[in-house]
Amino acid sequence: MSAFRLRQARIERWTGLGFVTPAMLLFMLTSLIPLAVLLGLSFTNYELGAVDTKSVGTANFAKAVADPVFRRSLGNTLLYVAIVLPGAVGLALLIAILVHGRRRSRGFYEVIYFLPVTSTLIAMATVWQFLLHPRLGPVNAFLRLLGFDEVAFLSEPHLALPTLAVVGIWQLLGFNMVLFLAGLSAISKDLYEAAEVDGCVSGLDRFLTITWPLLMPTTMFVMVTTSITAFKIFDTVAVMTRGGPMGSSEVLLYNVYLEGFQYFHMGYAAALTVIFLVFILMFSAIQSFVLERRTHY
Amino acid sequence: MARVELESVSKSFADTTVLSGINLDIADGEFLTLVGPSGCGKSTLIRIIAGLEPQTSGQIRINGEPVDHLRPHERRVAMVFQSYALYPHMSVFANMALPLTMQRLSLWERVPLLRLFSARRRRVMPEIRREVQSVAAQLQIEPLLNRRPAQLSGGQRQRVALGRAMVRHPNAFLMDEPLSNLDAKLRVHMRSELTELHQRLKTTFIYVTHDQVEAMTMSDRVAMMDAGRILQLGTPAELYARPSNLKVAQFIGSPAINVLPVRIGDGGMVELPGSPAMIHTSLPPGSAASIGLRPEALHLLPSGSPRDGAVLNARLRRIENLGAECMLHFDLLALPGHGVIVRAASIKGLSVGEEVVLGYDIASIHLFDAKGERAEVLPISAHPAQREAATP
Amino acid sequence: MPCLQRAITRVLIHGVLMAGAAFMLLPFVWMLATSIKPPEEVFSATLRLLPTRFFGAENYSFALTQAPLLRFAINGVIVCLGILVVQLLVAIPCAYALAKLRFPGRNLLFVLVLLALAIPVQVPALPLYIALAEMELLNTYLSLMLPFLFSAFAVFLLRQFFKSYPDDIIQAARLDGMGEMEIVWRIVAPSAWPAIAAFSVFSVVAHWNDLYWPLIVITDGGMATPPLGMMLFADAETGSNYGALMAAATMLTAPLVVIFLFARRWFIAGVTMTGVK
Repeated sequence: MSAFRLRQARIERWTGLGFVTPAMLLFMLTSLIPLAVLLGLSFTNYELGAVDTKSVGTANFAKAVADPVFRRSLGNTLLYVAIVLPGAVGLALLIAILVHGRRRSRGFYEVIYFLPVTSTLIAMATVWQFLLHPRLGPVNAFLRLLGFDEVAFLSEPHLALPTLAVVGIWQLLGFNMVLFLAGLSAISKDLYEAAEVDGCVSGLDRFLTITWPLLMPTTMFVMVTTSITAFKIFDTVAVMTRGGPMGSSEVLLYNVYLEGFQYFHMGYAAALTVIFLVFILMFSAIQSFVLERRTHY
Repeated sequence: MARVELESVSKSFADTTVLSGINLDIADGEFLTLVGPSGCGKSTLIRIIAGLEPQTSGQIRINGEPVDHLRPHERRVAMVFQSYALYPHMSVFANMALPLTMQRLSLWERVPLLRLFSARRRRVMPEIRREVQSVAAQLQIEPLLNRRPAQLSGGQRQRVALGRAMVRHPNAFLMDEPLSNLDAKLRVHMRSELTELHQRLKTTFIYVTHDQVEAMTMSDRVAMMDAGRILQLGTPAELYARPSNLKVAQFIGSPAINVLPVRIGDGGMVELPGSPAMIHTSLPPGSAASIGLRPEALHLLPSGSPRDGAVLNARLRRIENLGAECMLHFDLLALPGHGVIVRAASIKGLSVGEEVVLGYDIASIHLFDAKGERAEVLPISAHPAQREAATP
Repeated sequence: MPCLQRAITRVLIHGVLMAGAAFMLLPFVWMLATSIKPPEEVFSATLRLLPTRFFGAENYSFALTQAPLLRFAINGVIVCLGILVVQLLVAIPCAYALAKLRFPGRNLLFVLVLLALAIPVQVPALPLYIALAEMELLNTYLSLMLPFLFSAFAVFLLRQFFKSYPDDIIQAARLDGMGEMEIVWRIVAPSAWPAIAAFSVFSVVAHWNDLYWPLIVITDGGMATPPLGMMLFADAETGSNYGALMAAATMLTAPLVVIFLFARRWFIAGVTMTGVK
């Protein structure tokens, strides 16, 4: 190795370390150390401002498993994911395919469907709350016009969560549509033409032969990110239902928020956060597995 | 097997005309090449024949039947794309079998899962497998049948694309620059393979390329296109020997033809640059024109030989030695700023900077008018009166 | 008649798309319409979209006087810009080092970045809150920005971009006597500006709209970011004045929506990039 190369290697080593140091310090400070503290806290009965804190072993986790509020909130969160996932992915795929074929109106539809992604969800949640208001909202005014009874979307226990899911789909649709559009644009036009020459004439044939299999990696990716986003539902609950009515829209993060930052049961909230993290890491593991497979074509 | 006829086919988008009044009659079993610079409309034309794009006006007939209302697969033509357009998620076998499954199985026999219940599919698939295998054998890609396109080399993909076209026994093969994604060596090899394939299949080939060598070496006939029109249609030899247009002359042949400006003198006499010799034409006196001389039409005159024929005084600027032959680049002394290339068997002891005399036969001159159209060189002996007037 | 069939298909497609578009737009349209309605029309709950009496001036001025909306917006701008600047200053050299420099521990660090990518802010929230409370830093801009200053996504995205940057140019810059710092900021980073722009949009949208963290660290209304401010305002006004509430919602949503309409490309690029991982 020449002297230049040696010197270059030394420079690279030190500048490399220098360049990553600020990032790594911040990462330690804002993620890694808090993560360790969180794990520690989850085995204590720490409460903010409390004088004596002692280790309680796995009592917090045992409490969570037995806690009807936690069990309900986890169940509600998974149910919410189960509604949002097919809705936000399936509809986004449909819209993306229809929009992809437009030439002049494509930009128009793109803007409209993407609008909810950029708008402040809290403000729009307030608007939704008003839209769905049993007496004042236009949705119920419309139902009355058709001769139906008023529906209290947000104060019927069995309707609150599905209603939140519809708002969730409304918010996510445009995001997923853009991902699907990118996936569709990546499919070469030649393939469709070759398929046409080969006899794939109907839209269904083209979809089954080309679009669907080639869009599969994108679809998997969109499904995982949608699951993660839906699993993190908090904003709409905080504004529109606050977990009610009768706990029917209590979700995991809202529960963590209440325990940790309203009741200041830090130790218990830490345990709940650890459970939350386990779910997120599971989704992420699926995601990296999916991304591995994506490199195929 | 099919005869393909195009009758005044035109295509325009909004206000740009891509093709104007194309007439072509392609015989059954012919290998016809559409050649021209990029943007000349050749790709659009082949896509119109395939049915991938509609023409604005005009008619296309296959075996005498108008096919303008038919979708691509109903025209029974096969297309090989520049990008090969292999389905990346399917095996080579599935790629090649697709046209047949589309033809022979109904929709529900093709839908995943549902198709497992079809007894007919179980009967038809072995047939299809046999046919695909026999085509694969012809192309020597049998060992590749279970691979994905991503695992193939460029040449192998090319063969798979050909195979997918062949399994259907189409009326005609349409090929849109099929070799341009291959490296130079493989391209030369595939040229001969395609030619042999055409001879074996005896099917009509319509082939699009921007590479004049492909056009010259493979085709029965060549249609040279420019700006949406066919400039000349003929055998490769005709296009080379009697280009009807300056653009054809310049496009066909490598190295390109040497073009020199001339002016038409009184009585249609044309003074050749730097030379006492003259030719005669019917072009109007006073107009500008140009002459074309193929690199092999020029030769070095031994020093001291008589200079009464058509000659050019030139200074050697550069030598390109290709081994078997060499290209000599000359600056012309009589026409500053112009040069010619001469194809020679050897360097003949020349050195750069040397001044020489190049001679050529008047019969080898291609004359083009100001618009680039070919003009006839008339024998001077036929007009003794003018000859006397011009050479006092 | 393939022509007729095609026309029917087109009408059907546009029908589906327009129906969906109506659903997407409904909240926006109703928000704007209600924000200019007088209370009696809001409470009459008819399906009429446009007001018979224009009450916009009153609603908007009420919202502006009752809640410090401008203050919320300024807080939002300060927090978003602060976060973005630090994110880029920290992530660009880090991404360059991970992409182009050889140093011990590089692979381990990259694995850490991938891990960090998966951790949402709700996870370190609890310990960070305790630390900020202990240091009496709650209700400050710093507390609003702290958890987001390191963006694993920025490092990851930019590393992918820098990796495809030709080594030859970097070598040439070194031979020309440029230091690594100059190479990063004057040669490599400018070439990645599409990625940087898209990431910036992504980051600003995310933090402008974030509620969870501000809700935790801010109790003083004067420090609230737009979503938190909206929530506080809605709490104070619940049920009584929907016209003003919608006016406030309009004003807090408008900035990003307007920017989106003008910089659509970058919003969409930002989303698409989350998919190029």
